[in-house]
Amino acid sequence: MPERAATLAEAARLRGLFEAAGAQPVETSVLQPAEVLLDLYGEDIRARAYVTSDALRGEQMLRPDFTVPVVQMHMEHGAEPARYTYSGEVFRRQEEDARRPNEYVQVGFEIFERDAPEASDAEVFSMFFNILHPLRLRAATGDTGILMAAVDGLRTTDRRKAALRRHIWRPRRFRALVERFSGRAPVPETRAALLSARDPMAGAWPLIGLRGEDEIIRRINALREDAQTAPISETEVDLLDAILAVRETSPNALERLRDIAVDMAAIQGAVDRLARRLEALDRHGIDIAALDFEASYGRTQMEYYDGFVFGFHAENRPDLPPVATGGRYDALTRQLGQGREIPAVGGVIRPGLVLDLGGVS
Amino acid sequence: MSLKLGVPSKGRLMDKTVEWFARHGIALGRSGSDREYAGYVKGIDGVELVLLSAGEIPRELAAGRIHLGVTGTDLIREKLGQWEQQVEELAPLGFGQADLVIAVPHAWVDVNTLDDLDAAAAAFRLRHGFRLRIATKYHRLVREFLREAGVADYQLVDSQGATEGTIKNETAEAIADITSSGDTLRANHLKILEDGLILKSQATLCRARAAVLADDERATLADLRARLEID
Repeated sequence: MPERAATLAEAARLRGLFEAAGAQPVETSVLQPAEVLLDLYGEDIRARAYVTSDALRGEQMLRPDFTVPVVQMHMEHGAEPARYTYSGEVFRRQEEDARRPNEYVQVGFEIFERDAPEASDAEVFSMFFNILHPLRLRAATGDTGILMAAVDGLRTTDRRKAALRRHIWRPRRFRALVERFSGRAPVPETRAALLSARDPMAGAWPLIGLRGEDEIIRRINALREDAQTAPISETEVDLLDAILAVRETSPNALERLRDIAVDMAAIQGAVDRLARRLEALDRHGIDIAALDFEASYGRTQMEYYDGFVFGFHAENRPDLPPVATGGRYDALTRQLGQGREIPAVGGVIRPGLVLDLGGVS
Repeated sequence: MSLKLGVPSKGRLMDKTVEWFARHGIALGRSGSDREYAGYVKGIDGVELVLLSAGEIPRELAAGRIHLGVTGTDLIREKLGQWEQQVEELAPLGFGQADLVIAVPHAWVDVNTLDDLDAAAAAFRLRHGFRLRIATKYHRLVREFLREAGVADYQLVDSQGATEGTIKNETAEAIADITSSGDTLRANHLKILEDGLILKSQATLCRARAAVLADDERATLADLRARLEID
């Protein structure tokens, strides 16, 4: 671990680079209201963030990332378009690996811009690419939007699509749902018995708690309706698998996805966005022929990203987390915007890791 | 110096621990009155008894302030991150068996698996505007289990006792708690999810990996292990 003073100096230098590119420096509080983060991430965030509390404000979290407070700040009084940069500590609980720091510095760069989202994607990525270039890291890219478009385009009920969309970031449950909706997984015995019962509530135990009989009956009706629904076809399941398996250099990945789009027109829009992004990256001087693309990249760790995602990894140091990560998070601005939304993309660098790897200046 | 053995300071867990050691020819007991937390060890030299609340034993082991301790595997796994690196489980003691399980109202005829719980939680959140509450004192274990299973839209609410009652009191919709026979769950109109077993726990003799051993303490430990027939 480099010394703290050196890390802070490197953070200031990196932030200066983003400022020179037109980003406005912003500050956020270290203590964040827990409710907003819990609402977004669910209970899992408690395993990653430090929670504290007082009798007046209730639960607060030590800032686990900057994205949420920066989005909130922008949604409240930001002008459009906007470019922001920031640097400071984030705090993460480490209960599995004591060698990982529970407090480290991040430097970020975010773009809020309605027009030409692919140009913004490329601008953010190439900023990071050029800054980190001397470290010879492996750049990984992906696009969660393609899988989301594929789910939206399935020939099945809205209820099934919503269930799949809800679990895009939980690959195991997503897979289990695909198996069930496609009829590959057997119906559990208890479910079969429930569906065949004439009056499922007959002889049931006394009802306790807040979840009412109407809710139980509504779910049974939904399950009955679902049991009557045709399975998702083998063809469509194969296409989903084919999308998730795409892992090639960008031009080859694009060709592969275009082939898949012939049979699954719903992803055409998302694939066109990928094509426009690659053109924009090319204009920024990125060698896209050598740029890796992985359709399922970031699916388990980067839950608020819903489009372009990227990360920079030190391949000869598998013990280190990614040096930089980022992506597009349009839906997050919708959730935090209370009725308003704006397309947004950004990322963070960890200056401590940059110095660990020998530095870039 | 002597080897410090941490034992629960009261209740059935203490009585059963004393019985277990007695079967191996080692007598543990409280010195002086029942209220005193000092103890004696007879039948082996160089072992000192430390009476502690069962819940504190994992922490004392992790800190290396006691060399050995008797506590439930549930508490070891809940309270210690990467527990395998902090303690070694020497011997299951064959009592204090309990399962940590997820239970929901029996009347929820539509919920029998984690898959059902996840779907019910999604609908519950839409309907009530907050995430389905699961009452427990085993926050880490439950959270890890549900994350592995991919269950979303729930929240844990802390319950340090009478957890089965939280659903009737409408402070939770489901619970994750220890049960041995399931009787208390049934009496409270609750059922265990088919795939809702998080952990099977029992009282276990553990060794602190962090506790430093002097040569004489190492010899005592070897002697004790032989007496207790631990490989």
